[in-house]
Amino acid sequence: MQDRWSYKDAAPQTLLRLYNASLRYGAVDVLQDVSLEISAGGPVILMGPNGSGKTSLLKLMMGLVAPSAGEVHCARSRVSFVFQKSVMLRRSVAANVAFALQAAGLPANDKEIHAALAQVGLSYLAQRPARRLSGGEQQRLALARALSRNPAILFLDEPTASLDPAQTKAVEDIVMASAALGVKIVMSTHDIGQARRLASEVLFLAGGRLVERAAAESFFNLPESPEAQRFLAGDLVISPEVKS
Amino acid sequence: MDEPSAFQLILSGDPQLLAIVRLSLSVTLAATLVAGVLGLGLGACLALTRFPGRQGLVIALNALMGLPPVVVGLLVFLALSRSGPLGFLGLLFTPQAMIIAQTILITPIIAALSRQVIEDLWAEYKDEFTAMDVPGAMRVRALLWDARFSLVTILLAGFGRAAAEVGAVMIVGGNIEGFTRMMTTSIALETSKGDLPLAISLGIILIAIMFCVNALAWGVRQWSVRHAG
Repeated sequence: MQDRWSYKDAAPQTLLRLYNASLRYGAVDVLQDVSLEISAGGPVILMGPNGSGKTSLLKLMMGLVAPSAGEVHCARSRVSFVFQKSVMLRRSVAANVAFALQAAGLPANDKEIHAALAQVGLSYLAQRPARRLSGGEQQRLALARALSRNPAILFLDEPTASLDPAQTKAVEDIVMASAALGVKIVMSTHDIGQARRLASEVLFLAGGRLVERAAAESFFNLPESPEAQRFLAGDLVISPEVKS
Repeated sequence: MDEPSAFQLILSGDPQLLAIVRLSLSVTLAATLVAGVLGLGLGACLALTRFPGRQGLVIALNALMGLPPVVVGLLVFLALSRSGPLGFLGLLFTPQAMIIAQTILITPIIAALSRQVIEDLWAEYKDEFTAMDVPGAMRVRALLWDARFSLVTILLAGFGRAAAEVGAVMIVGGNIEGFTRMMTTSIALETSKGDLPLAISLGIILIAIMFCVNALAWGVRQWSVRHAG
């Protein structure tokens, strides 16, 4: 299983490549034959109904799970991940960033920590216990930890799912600022409005399959797949469990 | 002349009383220290590793939390007695024998509770640590550090259990006056002799120590909630 997940760099212009990657939990195929390449450029947004495999695809791309079949090629040392509900270490905000820097083998001095916190507007909370931050502040701290590692790709799994509009905007601003600095954003969301605001390109998943990939404007104006058309029209698209 | 009351014994700093309290605290602290090192190490190892028979070991460890002190005393007595496998050490009826007995008694408690705490924390941190590619040794250090307040509380619970124990230290220490007489064994002896003031004064001190330990555990918990989240 492990040999199907390669730590080798993909081709120089390609940051990540999946070839016929599938993922199975027990008898359920949660992802089937996903092939795609992700290169430098604007944010890629993963869309799809609940249970379509967005989180599983992100975890597969990140290397948190190994494919049941197929191949994933990515330089794992150059990726970071922000979860829907990030876990805060039981220490201060600054110590959380220091930990992320140390884990990446980077110097965890005050300058680096301050720079990471300034990037997400949390410098003034540096000494506060991380678990006492609000939900939005915790997601911004998770972003600071992730970005402090200087990733080439930043994966985000519905990072604003439980945030209010103001906190959502703060997170989106950080994401777009990072994209402008050259960090490749790969983010899942089921919020169509958010996808419209952020996406440069859309990957649409349904039933564990990548059913459509298109530039954002094209996807939102003229979706090709029936599943995407129904999803954008606001219909309930229920992902069937795919059993082999 | 009237016999001094329990409170007079405490307030006057009776030398016999102080010697018993001093010995009790030193034996129990030493046992807690040794059991802490062994128990936290074993707990962390069980929480973070997977191997055949691990589940059985966890069940056995949980069962050993209820070890009867007199059985521990008997086993240590047999091991340290002149004809026992460790008889050559000459430790029977010494404070060291009591430390060994108390260590055996509370190590499973510290190991079982710390395993649960570390395993729960690991379940919470696992995905985040994997995503951050945190190296193995750094993971262990981070888990122990982030669980530090719970682990301190567990050590205090172990100390409390050891300090209140009577059966094991009675058997392996022999309750020798001025040498292996602990608070709990003294209370049992003095009560049977009818010297109630000394027994009561030791009882008051023992309860005060337990109260302080629990207050400390509560304080640690409150501090951790306020300062570490």
